[in-house]
Amino acid sequence: MNPKRKKRLLIVLFILSGAGVAVGLTLYALSQNINLFFSPTQIAQGEAPVGTRIRAGGMVVEGSVNRDNKSLRVEFEVTDFQNSVPIVYSGILPDLFREGQGIVAQGELDASGKLQAVEVLAKHDENYMPPEVAEALEKAGKMPKPSGQEFNK
Amino acid sequence: MIPELGTYALVLALCLSVLLSTIPMVGAQRGNLLWISFARPLSIGVFFFTAISFVALTYAFLANDFSVSYVANNSNTALPWYYRMSAVWGGHEGSLLLWVLTLAGWTLAVALKSRDLPADILGRVLGVMGIITTGFLLFVLFTSSPFERLLPRSPAEGADLNPLLQDFGLIVHPPMLYMGYVGFSVAFAFAIAALLSGRLDAAWARWSRPWTNVAWAFLTLGITLGSWWAYYELGWGGWWFWDPVENASLMPWLIGTALVHSLAVTEKRGVFKSWTVLLAIFAFSLSLLGTFLVRSGVLTSVHAFAADPERGFFILMLLLITIGGSLFLYALRASEVKSESSFSLVSRETMLLVNNVLLTVICFTVLLGTLYPLLVDALGMGKISVGPPYFNALSVPVGALLMLFLGVGAVTRWRRQDGTALLKQLVVPFVIAIVLGVLSLMLREGESTLWTYVGVILAFWLLVMAISDISDRVRRRSTPVLANLKRLPRSYYGMQMAHLGVAVLAVGIAMVSAFNEQRDLRMAPGDTQQVGDYTFVFEGARHFDGPNYSSDIATLRVFYKGEPYDVMQPEKRLYTARGTVMTEVALDPGLFRDLYVALGEPLENGAWAIRLQFKPYVRWLWLGGLLMTFGGILAATDPRYRKQSRREQSKLETANA
Repeated sequence: MNPKRKKRLLIVLFILSGAGVAVGLTLYALSQNINLFFSPTQIAQGEAPVGTRIRAGGMVVEGSVNRDNKSLRVEFEVTDFQNSVPIVYSGILPDLFREGQGIVAQGELDASGKLQAVEVLAKHDENYMPPEVAEALEKAGKMPKPSGQEFNK
Repeated sequence: MIPELGTYALVLALCLSVLLSTIPMVGAQRGNLLWISFARPLSIGVFFFTAISFVALTYAFLANDFSVSYVANNSNTALPWYYRMSAVWGGHEGSLLLWVLTLAGWTLAVALKSRDLPADILGRVLGVMGIITTGFLLFVLFTSSPFERLLPRSPAEGADLNPLLQDFGLIVHPPMLYMGYVGFSVAFAFAIAALLSGRLDAAWARWSRPWTNVAWAFLTLGITLGSWWAYYELGWGGWWFWDPVENASLMPWLIGTALVHSLAVTEKRGVFKSWTVLLAIFAFSLSLLGTFLVRSGVLTSVHAFAADPERGFFILMLLLITIGGSLFLYALRASEVKSESSFSLVSRETMLLVNNVLLTVICFTVLLGTLYPLLVDALGMGKISVGPPYFNALSVPVGALLMLFLGVGAVTRWRRQDGTALLKQLVVPFVIAIVLGVLSLMLREGESTLWTYVGVILAFWLLVMAISDISDRVRRRSTPVLANLKRLPRSYYGMQMAHLGVAVLAVGIAMVSAFNEQRDLRMAPGDTQQVGDYTFVFEGARHFDGPNYSSDIATLRVFYKGEPYDVMQPEKRLYTARGTVMTEVALDPGLFRDLYVALGEPLENGAWAIRLQFKPYVRWLWLGGLLMTFGGILAATDPRYRKQSRREQSKLETANA
């Protein structure tokens, strides 16, 4: 093998091994950081794993928001109008969190079936529904008609 | 009347851009100079009519013409005039019009600034730009016209602009970002023109370089502004969320960064040519992909609008045609490309190759993490999301490796370098960097992780290498130091500045990630809280009525080591037109730390949920971005690009004479 070819081979090997390591690390990291979405019905039917980071979402049930009066702990329920899931969260809720609003929470289910949330997301457009929530509601046949349709076609 | 004029102007612009995308291209193919010479006036015409249409829409906003559906959706009489103006690009339709205007603007700039280009190349470049413009004008006219009327039942009052967007950040962030996104179309057009004409040489790289640098600088600025805006406007105090839409802008930036470096090698050494072309194609394709992801509504994101699938389909088609067509052309022509020189293993070429490989690897992992949820959803395997730990796990170590090689690459010679001599040259700076990095973190209170050390040490590494390189260059001549400093080319200073920006950014990321302090609290009037050396005293909240909102303003007295320091007033606003609640944070910015106070929701008895944050070095993130931006612009405006093209022109003329 002449030196030029040898050099090229080295470069190619370097790139290939780099790419191989990168792909391996990528796939490993990806498998560790996937959060599956579950609807309240799926959780009620026991499809969601306990003690694993998941996402759950639905509409916040009217009158279910219950604040602790010493800390920032708050409990509420989300529903797809067939089943509902209790969610516990400690911290500041997003601006658009309201009863009747679609939200997505990220956290782990505990043994009592409550979702211990570390993050609550509500979107910054009042007519916007997180796609996961919209689909869960559609499956349950309870998709609400958006108000102000005149302005959002 | 005026909105109809806007539509009409768009149709005219479309007609002209169809001509622009055909006549000069055919002319260049046949060598017909007359046909090619149509390119410049047509480019001016396309820009002129697009601008008229944009002005018409702006007028509709300023005049509160709510019979136009887009205005009714995104404006309101109570909105101040400057937000009514920026509301033009506050929604889908208008932001696409801004996109087309930016594209027409870049086309115009190329038409006016490239008098020194050979006629056939200029004709092809403008022709390719014309094709892209045609695609987007069709998109605007058929799926997202901002001029549609709500007649005869037009509302008396508009629905208001999304309060999140009523901010200085929105006025500047989208135009800058679009300048960058769309600017890569110029690099793309140059690449396609070079493939079509079969003239992939150093001259092509030299023409393309300043344009690519400017586009890259704008994209850098756009992303920096976006990060800054999210930091103070969203009320969480985060500066990068690995949100799919952020990723959509980061991917073209990563490939664009690789392109800027690869173009340098192609121009100076005549190698990496086909790779450079491929990067130019991908940088623009990723810009289009970003547009598709944002505009189609397939993503869960703060940027997502209520969207309709027809639009997504249209952009997807544009994307497929662009990628498919250009890669097909590439496959036909790339085999003819020959390298003009060779290089050895230890050389600047290799270092820049490493830079390109690493940047591409980061881009690929971001792409995978962004598209994977969509893929899984499309296959019906459930709804998933990919969390920030995935992105951090890969981009942080690869980014560190990138910085390590950056320090080496900037001092390595082109073509060939003695490896042991290089190593000797590097040992002392590396030791200095480690000592400085470790010392500066040891002197600071608080726990540093391994990555904090890596980040700070590598930042010192870049700084030390830059200083030693500049002093080497100055000492090489015996003339006075100042004269030698002046003699160094502007593009060299641009490079050093951008690389310094990387170091500053790394310090910002390392420090704010390690030493950020955050408290989410329930505070009643009179409550105090200590964060670092600062004490916050909550004094209660009062009510206040603004022009188009009502708000609660809290007052917190801040003490530094017991001394009165500042009064901070975070706000919670209710925008009445949409009934939207917004957090306005109170900031005390500083070069070495920010104090950040956000108001949560009201609790009983005058108590509030309050978020207090101490964010060390957070400003360095954006300072780094700004340094990179200025570096890019400095490099692009180096006089040698103009001089060299003029020299070639005169050479050509003497040869022809």
